[in-house]
Amino acid sequence: MTTINRLRQSYRTKKRHPAELISGLFKQIKKLNPQLNAYLTLNEELALKQANELKNFDLPLAGIPIAIKDNFCTKDLRTTASAKLLDDFVPPYDATVIKKLKDNGAIIIGKTNMDAWAHGSSTETSDYGPTTNPYDLNRLPGGSSGGSAAAVASGLPPFALGSETAGSIRQPAAWCGVVGLKPTYGRVSRYGLIAMGSSLDCPGPLTRHVEDAALLLGLLAGYDKYDATSTKEPVDNYLKALKAKRKFTLGISDDYFEGVDSKIINEFMKAKRILEKLGHNFKKIKLINPKYSISLYTILQRAEVSSNLCRYDGVRFGKPRSSFSQQAKRRMMLGAFTLSVGYYDAYYLKAQKIRTLIINNFKEAFKQVDLIVAPTTPVTALKLGESETNPMFGEVMDQLIEASSIAGLPGINLPIGLQQGLPVGLQIFGPHLSETEIIDLAKQYEDETAFYQIKPSDFYEI
Amino acid sequence: MKTKPLFIKLSHPIFMKYKTIIGLETHVELATESKMFCGCSGNYFGQSPNSQVCPVCLGLPGALPVPNEQAIKWTVLIGLALNCQINLSSYFERKHYFYPDLPKGYQISQYAKPLCQNGYLMVNNRKIRINRVHLEEDTGKLLHGQQFNDKGSYIDFNRSGVPLVEIVTEPDVESAPQAAKYLKQLQLIIQYLNVSDCDMEKGSMRCEPNISVVNYNSWQKNQQLPDYKVEVKNINSFRFVQQAIAFEEERQALLLDKNQQPKQETRRYLESKRQTEAMRSKEFAQDYRYFPEPDIPPLELNPTLIQKLNKQLQTIDLPTQRLEKLMKDYGLSSETALVLTENKKLGDNYLRLVKNSQDLDKTKLANLLINKKIAADLNPDDFFTQAKHLLSKKNIDQATFDQTIEKVIIDNPKAVADYRQGKQTALQFLLGQCLRTLGRQIEVEQLKHLLVEKLALKK
Repeated sequence: MTTINRLRQSYRTKKRHPAELISGLFKQIKKLNPQLNAYLTLNEELALKQANELKNFDLPLAGIPIAIKDNFCTKDLRTTASAKLLDDFVPPYDATVIKKLKDNGAIIIGKTNMDAWAHGSSTETSDYGPTTNPYDLNRLPGGSSGGSAAAVASGLPPFALGSETAGSIRQPAAWCGVVGLKPTYGRVSRYGLIAMGSSLDCPGPLTRHVEDAALLLGLLAGYDKYDATSTKEPVDNYLKALKAKRKFTLGISDDYFEGVDSKIINEFMKAKRILEKLGHNFKKIKLINPKYSISLYTILQRAEVSSNLCRYDGVRFGKPRSSFSQQAKRRMMLGAFTLSVGYYDAYYLKAQKIRTLIINNFKEAFKQVDLIVAPTTPVTALKLGESETNPMFGEVMDQLIEASSIAGLPGINLPIGLQQGLPVGLQIFGPHLSETEIIDLAKQYEDETAFYQIKPSDFYEI
Repeated sequence: MKTKPLFIKLSHPIFMKYKTIIGLETHVELATESKMFCGCSGNYFGQSPNSQVCPVCLGLPGALPVPNEQAIKWTVLIGLALNCQINLSSYFERKHYFYPDLPKGYQISQYAKPLCQNGYLMVNNRKIRINRVHLEEDTGKLLHGQQFNDKGSYIDFNRSGVPLVEIVTEPDVESAPQAAKYLKQLQLIIQYLNVSDCDMEKGSMRCEPNISVVNYNSWQKNQQLPDYKVEVKNINSFRFVQQAIAFEEERQALLLDKNQQPKQETRRYLESKRQTEAMRSKEFAQDYRYFPEPDIPPLELNPTLIQKLNKQLQTIDLPTQRLEKLMKDYGLSSETALVLTENKKLGDNYLRLVKNSQDLDKTKLANLLINKKIAADLNPDDFFTQAKHLLSKKNIDQATFDQTIEKVIIDNPKAVADYRQGKQTALQFLLGQCLRTLGRQIEVEQLKHLLVEKLALKK
């Protein structure tokens, strides 16, 4: 049951040395990656060098291995966003979150696979082939942070950085049975994160323990002078939140069960009873049906995508525009259309208005309840190939998450059990900057269920 | 190709028949220390290519823009000086187009809500309305192969992201000289605000006139703008602005003479030919797909900031105020005052130096500076000493010199004889006698020269 703090403890007491741990980790990654395809680029040489030279374990992440989604710019380490167009792009700078991880002593193991440009919820649209689900290699890990989720689920290592626009941390976390924490928009700097939907993008940790997610968030969060959308609000003490054990009023909305697989609902009901047993109250609330957020999200996100991808014009990154995949081209065309003269008002502007409605809807709801709980996904991990036939695959798989993402709200996925051998997830989300409350509730649930004991057969204990 | 005549005589019939409608778009690069959205130096002039760049102004994946507060304040200051309304709520938008010098594929600009709107500038008692003053970023610079002896094209991103203010007039300008006058005045105001050097040649000020020639009578009747206008690019001096407009006036008039409607298009000015030439058709407005820049929160300006900037503006002498001051307080002629107003640096030096030279003639001091008889970059004390020396010289005409010297020679035969026998002290004596008559404040060397000459003659 390795947590960051336990690992550090074992380093400090000289029970273990990071060099031995890291080399063992790479050995296992090399063994499993041919079937998992979780990693696109390994940082082996540098990681081992860094581990070997480590003497001081004072830094909070000293010698802690971490996997990085491939849309975070890492200085001198290839960064592709799983797009062939950036096949040979080696950033000359570190994303703010990468700098923070490095400054805190973390060792970057490698860059993980994802949907190309983060366009998807399957990791199947990666230009480097899909990642597979550690629980069933014929199934998808979800996405777009599928590589990070699969790595964490397999313990390779159990700590990773992902990013979410609307579901890309929580949905793969649900399908791979790990903790995935998506912070409030602006809580964690986006500087150096290859933009997808700029008004939604958010970096966040994927871990096996709530404690690790809380610890990582505490180190990553904070105002960044390089990101004008990052918030200046002070960062809460998330580690303190782990011990707060407050009782909450939890909202539950019928709209969040529409079209959800009955096996998932069953599993959710068990989790609900556990939360009740822990002393939390449930209250039925009425929310805007999340299905409406699909069209809204599609318009806003495609518009931003069409703009954000303009810089890959073939002038500076070596690869021509023809190397964009189908999915990216589709998104760019749709986005450019909704921003065109004569259509802007009907699509983009209208979507922004509905966004305001959704934000206000949640604001009203959070006057009645502290947090909202719901299933994370409508189904468990689907088979490889299932995303290819459905261009709206991602939007449908993320439909229970999108509304809260559109409102910029924080949320977490917790594993609550297995159905036919596949992980089921529960999500908790709350008002702006309610990470403390979310972590508090998640930790109480974790303490009660020890869900981290659920793991795939190939799980590697570092 | 035959070059067409450029200026048309006022008696030409087209002046009765047609009216020119001109709107001016002016871009001014702000002289902020850093660029608009990153910390790179904005002073790119003369720097080696791509030496002042970072992930942000190169548009690298993941990089984000953070707006430069100084640039926002300076834009508001320009807006206030141009009598604009300031939008307390404003925001940046993305303007999309593909061009190799635009690294992100879009320019961060302002569209629906510019920082400043609805102002005006008085030009020769005529009100030129300002539609908007907004803030955006400059592009990189393309360099084509010839310079490197190959066929390639190169991009220098040093200029990419330099803050750029765009000032757009209503179509209120009626002639080429008026356009030039407006531009000169705009340039001076911005120079006086100390926010840009506005150097057309260096490209820190650029102007694009939009010109439509219309039938005078129909304009008189309905005052309606025609559905064509010609934008002229690539102009880098006030003179060329006038030449380009004059050329367009004739070109469009000749088309209208033939009952042809001028095409809506962008043309480029060619200095060598003194002509404009078609660049691209503008019949269909380009779709820039504007939308609010999601990387930058909306700008909410504090009313007290506007008050502060307004106060700051009150303390700055603008060109009209300086002109008035120089005439009223310093007693300069309008011509002299104008020179010191239009050459801001010279005027600055004059005002700085004249303070310490109170008992000297202010007009003469001005002329010394204007005629470069004295260095302008002196410290006030040295300036005073030098100026005093220069100004105290009397202008004595040749005849007076001659008379005086001759009289001294006649009155002092002994000294003259001594001198002629080689006694140099005698020369000093004679010189002293001349000075006694002429006064001391003359060019002694010149007098000595003349005296020696005369003494030699009378031998």
